[in-house]
Amino acid sequence: MIQTRALNAEAARADFPILGRRVNGKPLIYLDSAATSQKPAVVIDTMDDYYRRYNANPHRGVYAISEEATAAYESARQRVATFINAASPKEVIFTRNTTEAINLVRYSWGRANIRPGARILLTEMEHHSNLVPWQLLAQEVQATLSFLRIDDDGLLELEQLDRQLEGVQLLAITHQSNTLGTINPIKAVAEAAHRAGALVLVDGAQTVPHMPVDVQDLGVDFYAFSGHKMCGPTGIGVLWARRSLLESMPPFRGGGDMIKRVRLNEATWNDLPWKFEAGTPSVAEGIGLGAAVDYLTQFGMDRVRSHEQTLVDYALEKLQEVPGITLYGPRDSELHGGAISFTLANIHPHDLATLVDREGIAVRAGHHCTQPLMDRLGVAATTRASFYIYNRVDEIDQLVSGIQKAQKVFA
Amino acid sequence: MSDDLYREQILEHYKNPHHFGELPDADITQEGDNPLCGDVITFYLKLDDGRLGDVRFRGRGCAISQASASMLTDLIVGKPLQQLKTFPTKDLLDELGIQISPARMKCATLSVNTLRVALNGDVPEED
Ligand SMILES: Cc1ncc(COP(=O)(O)O)c(C=O)c1O
Repeated sequence: MIQTRALNAEAARADFPILGRRVNGKPLIYLDSAATSQKPAVVIDTMDDYYRRYNANPHRGVYAISEEATAAYESARQRVATFINAASPKEVIFTRNTTEAINLVRYSWGRANIRPGARILLTEMEHHSNLVPWQLLAQEVQATLSFLRIDDDGLLELEQLDRQLEGVQLLAITHQSNTLGTINPIKAVAEAAHRAGALVLVDGAQTVPHMPVDVQDLGVDFYAFSGHKMCGPTGIGVLWARRSLLESMPPFRGGGDMIKRVRLNEATWNDLPWKFEAGTPSVAEGIGLGAAVDYLTQFGMDRVRSHEQTLVDYALEKLQEVPGITLYGPRDSELHGGAISFTLANIHPHDLATLVDREGIAVRAGHHCTQPLMDRLGVAATTRASFYIYNRVDEIDQLVSGIQKAQKVFA
Repeated sequence: MSDDLYREQILEHYKNPHHFGELPDADITQEGDNPLCGDVITFYLKLDDGRLGDVRFRGRGCAISQASASMLTDLIVGKPLQQLKTFPTKDLLDELGIQISPARMKCATLSVNTLRVALNGDVPEED
């Protein structure tokens, strides 16, 4: 049983060893959790403990430490399943990251199902990892891509959704834009897609770490996310999909662990979820993700979300007072997750990021793997500040004063 | 080397770039970009009897990329083309006179890489 705990950023900070660090002589102010989150000691220690005490190849040994490794790895899967309310841990496929989860669907479901001339519907705000795999699949099977547009507040234009869904076999859509912060109305969009006979894949890289996600309630078909953005390690991600779909899909990679019986010229496939997990898995990382899920669960994801919403409200208010700033994404924090993009007149995002780094502030500058979105916004790059449980409002004040200092340099 | 990335001279070049603009009768027009950052530079080169008779550039991007292009134009105008074909990146970095982090190296070298393509065609970048 996981003890619940109030979410207090100051107390949470003590759990993250890196936040005690100084950068350029200043305390680290980490505002790039949308790229990757920091890791609490409990996650680092859990992985360390695996390597020190029971490192063994899971699923293969009958000896004690292999059984311990198997049990810990499968227990992590169970906890991830509970975290996103999957109907069964068999629906939780461990991958390397969101990108690999999406590519699994492309290669396995996509190749077997997308017909020549069919359409795949995406949005203008997709991360390259939920765009390029579909470009490649479309070229391979002669399908076409089409896109839901965004309005000037960074919200999806959905008036024509039913018409745009005609002939669509797959809708692949992000739950939250990593650049604009926009939270998309997945449940409603998925209902419309299903009425039109399309399946729905959701890129949840920016939502599972930051708000409650219930895959059954959302009513989608595939849901992908990464461990490293949710207090877990790199090298582990998740594809969730409905069991009946996974049962019907051909394997992704061939090799050890994913088979039941192999003869020289043929093989039969293992049960779910292992059918999709060829080779020795990322054991320490999977176990680490389990610890991350426990860590987040003690706060409760609704409280993580409301903490970040407070930060977004505060940041939008403070940033809009900065002269020469352009803010992107929704102004309503109900629709805006914990990532805010902006540009400044006369200061390129890279120059700004370099200058605030002098103050120990880590923000991201660039296209954030959303080049088509940059084209839509008419900019080459933006600066992005993104938040997590360990960020405090005074760090936003520091960011604002860092921006003001940069403006003096460029005045 | 100064550790101040935005020392006065660089900001000066950024705000008031030298040889900024276009040459309507350019012999070579070469665009270069750095898709990662969105920095863009176009060089207009006028040749004159084996030398670079005149140069202009237009560009958009961070202070490092644009200041480095401006500084480069000062270094190359009037020089023999034979010499410019192998213009050493190091000479430009010395002129910038600051410690460039690996993440910003592409910005600092966009101009010299574009010049190299303009004079030699699409050759691999110098390491
Ligand atoms: C919205 C979104 N999708 C996909 C990804 C890709 O995640 P990963 O690099 O972990 O595969 C990211 C993060 O980089 C993201 O923010």
